[in-house]
Amino acid sequence: MPNMNIVESVNSALDTMLSRDNDVIIFGEDVGYFGGVFRTSDGLQDKHGKHRVFDSPLSEGGIAATAFGMGINGLRPVVEIQFADYIFPAYDQIVNEMAKIRHRSGGEFWCPVTIRTPAGGGIRGGHHHSQSPEAQFTHTPGLKVVYCSTPYNAKGLLISAIEDNDPVIFFEPKRCYRGPFYGDPHNVPTWSGHPEAEVPDSHFKIPLGEARLAMEGDQCTVISWGAMVHVCEQAIKNSGISCDLIDLQTLVPWDREAVVKSIEKTGKCVIVHEAPKTSGFGAEMIASIQERCFWSLESPIERVTGWDTPFPHTTEWDYMPGPDRVAAAIAKTQEE
Amino acid sequence: MSGGSGGKPMHVPDAPHRPGDEAGFTEWPWSPGDLGRPGTDCQASETLDLAEGLVRVLGDDNKSSGEWDPKLTSEEMLMGLEHMMRLRIFDDRMMKMQRTGKLSFYMRSLGEEAVAIAQTMALEEQDWLFPTYRQPGAQFVRGRDMVSMICHCIGNEMDNVKGRQMPVHYTYREGRFISVSSPVGTQFSQAVGVALASDYKNLDEVTITWIGDGASAEGDYHYALNFASIFQAPVILNVVNNQWAISTHQNFASKNGNFAVRGIPYGIPSIRVDGNDFLALYSVTSWARERASQGLGPTHIEVLTYRAGAHSSSDDPSRYRPSDVHSYWPGGDPIERLRDHLKEIGKWSDELQKELSERIDSEVMAAYKEAVKFGDLANGPYPSSDAIFTEVYEEPPWHLMEQWEEMKKWRDE
Ligand SMILES: Cc1ncc(C[n+]2csc(CCOP(=O)(O)OP(=O)(O)O)c2C)c(N)n1
Ligand SMILES: [Mg+2]
Repeated sequence: MPNMNIVESVNSALDTMLSRDNDVIIFGEDVGYFGGVFRTSDGLQDKHGKHRVFDSPLSEGGIAATAFGMGINGLRPVVEIQFADYIFPAYDQIVNEMAKIRHRSGGEFWCPVTIRTPAGGGIRGGHHHSQSPEAQFTHTPGLKVVYCSTPYNAKGLLISAIEDNDPVIFFEPKRCYRGPFYGDPHNVPTWSGHPEAEVPDSHFKIPLGEARLAMEGDQCTVISWGAMVHVCEQAIKNSGISCDLIDLQTLVPWDREAVVKSIEKTGKCVIVHEAPKTSGFGAEMIASIQERCFWSLESPIERVTGWDTPFPHTTEWDYMPGPDRVAAAIAKTQEE
Repeated sequence: MSGGSGGKPMHVPDAPHRPGDEAGFTEWPWSPGDLGRPGTDCQASETLDLAEGLVRVLGDDNKSSGEWDPKLTSEEMLMGLEHMMRLRIFDDRMMKMQRTGKLSFYMRSLGEEAVAIAQTMALEEQDWLFPTYRQPGAQFVRGRDMVSMICHCIGNEMDNVKGRQMPVHYTYREGRFISVSSPVGTQFSQAVGVALASDYKNLDEVTITWIGDGASAEGDYHYALNFASIFQAPVILNVVNNQWAISTHQNFASKNGNFAVRGIPYGIPSIRVDGNDFLALYSVTSWARERASQGLGPTHIEVLTYRAGAHSSSDDPSRYRPSDVHSYWPGGDPIERLRDHLKEIGKWSDELQKELSERIDSEVMAAYKEAVKFGDLANGPYPSSDAIFTEVYEEPPWHLMEQWEEMKKWRDE
């Protein structure tokens, strides 16, 4: 199997779907001739034609609205929003239109659109190239929300998202495009040699709604998604505490069964996301976990998140949760 | 019948030239003196020739002519030349800093130096500037200290926005230069509100704003034109058509390659101007300011220019356009054109040019050395990360106070 980074595996998923299904069409800002500012559609216009992979005007609202129209008329658009921070001009089209069309039309219309977008911090991107706005979409009935973390799950999840007949928001952790991120900005490993970088060239799927057990243990359940999955892996190693690490992969609908099963085993839980704390997706999970696992819990659920502030530029390492904060939270769950 | 496009695949535009193609542009049919300068109370429909043509003042013979000649003194022109050279030399130094890891990112104004500088010089000092990242040069006109600009770009202890924003996202309230925001286009419609507030307060203040050719595809561009015309806002709305939005050519933003004419159906007098012609830019902006301050409402201007450099320090334009293409631009280079005009009228020489260039070089070098004393990106010192929590609200609520304490615990450990 070829070794891929996330840029290459996203590219491979798009290529696979363009080859299999003529209704798949790809567009967004700079995605056509140039192949995307992160190179995720590199070479695809040449291979599949200018009318299937193309640049769009600089208008996220226009991109989402056009994708909506194409989607309800039988195509399967996969569009890119250049940075998740720039998805908001498209918010009305996504939240009020895409998310509701199936329901509002009594099932007569539906919108099989996938919106891919690089998200998250750690690239010195300041306020507007760093945000992780997943919770702004998990709060919208009718949308599916996916957050990949490795080359392997990026491809398998993206193919599932494209083949899904509902609108899917697909977040890609830009900090991990070329290597996993363990929370140390001075240590920049690549994906080369990582087991999750072995990605089949061919078509394969990871079902939406299924979590991935990234590490196995019995003292604590650590749950995360996106770049923070790797930070959690580092934190667990540092803590010396035996943990299940659940990479949620899909946030809506999330794999409650996997989470409940793990917490019934460990009795402890830490949830980690880089998005701000207030109304973050961690809050929703904690509420559900206490409904299902109250009698299995042996200590309060811990949450490690970004602060409730805008994302800074020079001081981003004081903003992003690092392995030390996560390890301390894991240790806290073990206190008698 | 085989379908809506007559059996052909969906239409997608092509850029006029790509790497490997021969670069070139058709010669401009427009010359100085072609177009008259109408009264400031003209109707939008009377500006159609101005929107379809191109206002120029500096001719290929380096002389100025026509009704649009602003008749600036040589001192004013020399000031313009100096600011444009200052911006170019400053940009070069900042790019070097970026390449050596002293800045996280940078964006130059290469080839577009005249835009913000001529236009800001044509305004009054009480007028508000609502720029994009491509108009930092306006700050030189408004007297901003270069050291503080560099400190912002580094994000060091003296950064007036406290390490919160990426480089080039300047804020300079003292010079009425409003904070630059990354999401493109937002300032364009906000500027209409700034202008209407001045109007409401009955102040002789005009607001000027800019948007790129690419970003003119955002809704904000259209909101601005409609609100400005409905409420007759004292605002100058500029589309800087530098031909590119990163790798995307302007023909993905406008089918007919003309942005200026779009103002007319909104009822806004509209002009296209040669963006590398300092005098034409100055003149058109003065005209628009006169209109605004006479209560005659907005003016819409397309500034025709060429992005000579990369989009930003993260961009490699040789992947999507011939690398020498900007040297064929019919508008030439804004600095060379004003310099040659000053030489033509006997007010400038190669020796003086060289002296000025050396003086600015050492000014920039001195500012750079001074700025890094307050910290560089690689080694700090940085603004305190306490600044993450301040000014989120006027007063931090309890949950921020709590998180702030927690952050300090981790930071100071
Ligand atoms: C809303 C939004 N979408 C996308 C981007 C990413 N982006 C930054 S600059 C740019 C191109 C802008 O081109 P243009 O408006 O022509 O201005 P120029 O850079 O040429 O001055 C893009 C797509 C952004 N900053 N904001
Ligand atoms: Mg442009």
